[in-house]
Amino acid sequence: MTQAQLSKAHVRCELNGQSVEFLADQHMSLLEALREVLDMTGTKEGCNDGNCGACTVTMDGRIVDSCLVLAPEADGRRVETIEGMAPPGGLHPLQQAFLEEAALQCGICTPGFLVAAKALLEREPQAGEHRIRHWLAGNLCRCTGYDKIVRAVLRAETPQPKPRARRSRSA
Amino acid sequence: MHPFRYVAASSIDEAVAVLREHGARARCLAGGTDILVQLRVGRYELDALVDVKGVPEVSALRLDRAGLEIGAAVPCYRIYEDAKVHAAYPGIVDAATLIGGIQIQSRASLGGNLCNAAPSADGIGPLIVHDATVVVAGPKGTRTVPVEGFCTAPGRTVLDDDELAVSVHVPRPPARFGAAYERFIPRNEMDIAVAGVASAVVLDRSGKRIESARIALASVGPTPVVAAKAAASLVGELASLDAFRAAAEIAAGEASPIDDMRGTIDQRRDLVRVLTRRTLELAAQRAAAGAAR
Ligand SMILES: Cc1cc2nc3c(=O)[nH]c(=O)nc-3n(C[C@H](O)[C@H](O)[C@H](O)COP(=O)(O)OP(=O)(O)OC[C@H]3O[C@@H](n4cnc5c(N)ncnc54)[C@H](O)[C@@H]3O)c2cc1C
Ligand code: FES
Ligand code: FES
Repeated sequence: MTQAQLSKAHVRCELNGQSVEFLADQHMSLLEALREVLDMTGTKEGCNDGNCGACTVTMDGRIVDSCLVLAPEADGRRVETIEGMAPPGGLHPLQQAFLEEAALQCGICTPGFLVAAKALLEREPQAGEHRIRHWLAGNLCRCTGYDKIVRAVLRAETPQPKPRARRSRSA
Repeated sequence: MHPFRYVAASSIDEAVAVLREHGARARCLAGGTDILVQLRVGRYELDALVDVKGVPEVSALRLDRAGLEIGAAVPCYRIYEDAKVHAAYPGIVDAATLIGGIQIQSRASLGGNLCNAAPSADGIGPLIVHDATVVVAGPKGTRTVPVEGFCTAPGRTVLDDDELAVSVHVPRPPARFGAAYERFIPRNEMDIAVAGVASAVVLDRSGKRIESARIALASVGPTPVVAAKAAASLVGELASLDAFRAAAEIAAGEASPIDDMRGTIDQRRDLVRVLTRRTLELAAQRAAAGAAR
């Protein structure tokens, strides 16, 4: 079958809180549709095979590699990308923490890490280092060595409510 | 990627009709974490991809007295985030939490793992030691196939071109049953198993002796290897490290690994030895803990 014989898929979804409609080749990935049809280039392509997580977006609240989702699969779904992260005129606390901890160098991996980390902290506001490292295992970074990224996510965690009594005297 | 038609099927009949129309040039799409990668590198070309996630039976996860029914396209996270499944089927949860990272687990299904039939697949061994069966639908109706006989060669299964996997049925385990799956990978996460072992044991009433056992090996043969002799050696034995070590030795002999870029024959046999012992210990612990509940 050639492309000319195939009609385009008509996709309607909620993208960063707004309803959008677009046409895409039926075999096009959501990543390609975001970048090339919708001109939203915040989501990055690293490996294009599910290993690096640079293309991470959320679909109905779950993080997915958008290179391994077909654009027509997004029909009727709620999709969120890095473009939807910052509040108007400001930064999301995770974005701020990434800046303060210098958690990026070339920046290609950053949108994927931010989208993934946001999904974690929304679920587990005090995830802790071990959990953060596990959750982010599907995101690769060639530059930072990960430590600064993990520190930034830890910094963005909701502080633990202070335990009330029991201040140990020896501490 | 070669252009194809994307069809979102909403019933088994609709899915079968598209598979029938295109024969070998159509396939099912579950989470896409194998097939989209394979299509992109041009391993084969398709004219149609049938998304089966909208077929209710294929996306259902149900736990009842008869056991666990896992729709073939149910993504891993739904399996391990279900508290009841987590408690009753820890061996299957072991695999669901190992496959890929969180992004992959949002999409990857055990049905896809099974139908992709990779020798290294992590999800198949645990299903085998649970005596799971696959409900298969085609133009002539449905049939049931044991997971143990489902894969026939790397990338090949008993499915005909016009058949799809509907669900995996995991029978309710007997009393004092425990199962576990472990694999070896060089990294901490996100890698392909050099070897993997799934074990299950049923303890007798005393909770000390092994009534029956099942062991399945991954990545040490063209299809999952059932280590039947190793499992048989455990029947009637005390659930002890000695018995597990002896069974592990037999399992290492039952593996038929190859040398490749991920590991050597010797290393793989060694891994089977270690992982069989470990998973038997864990399965027995879980069996004892379950019996104590
Ligand atoms: C980064 C990454 C990491 C991975 N890590 C692991 C890992 O640790 N362990 C592991 O075992 N695998 C791993 N995989 C491989 C893959 O994620 C798994 O095999 C997964 O379970 C496949 O499921 P899926 O739903 O995505 O299948 P799909 O890709 O949708 O389908 C796989 C195959 O099965 C067929 N199929 C799917 N559903 C049906 C059905 N209902 N009936 C008939 N045929 C069907 C498809 O046509 C295709 O041929 C990894 C993949 C990636 C990209
Ligand atoms: S580009 Fe999608 S995971 Fe790397
Ligand atoms: S900052 Fe360059 S890949 Fe992460």
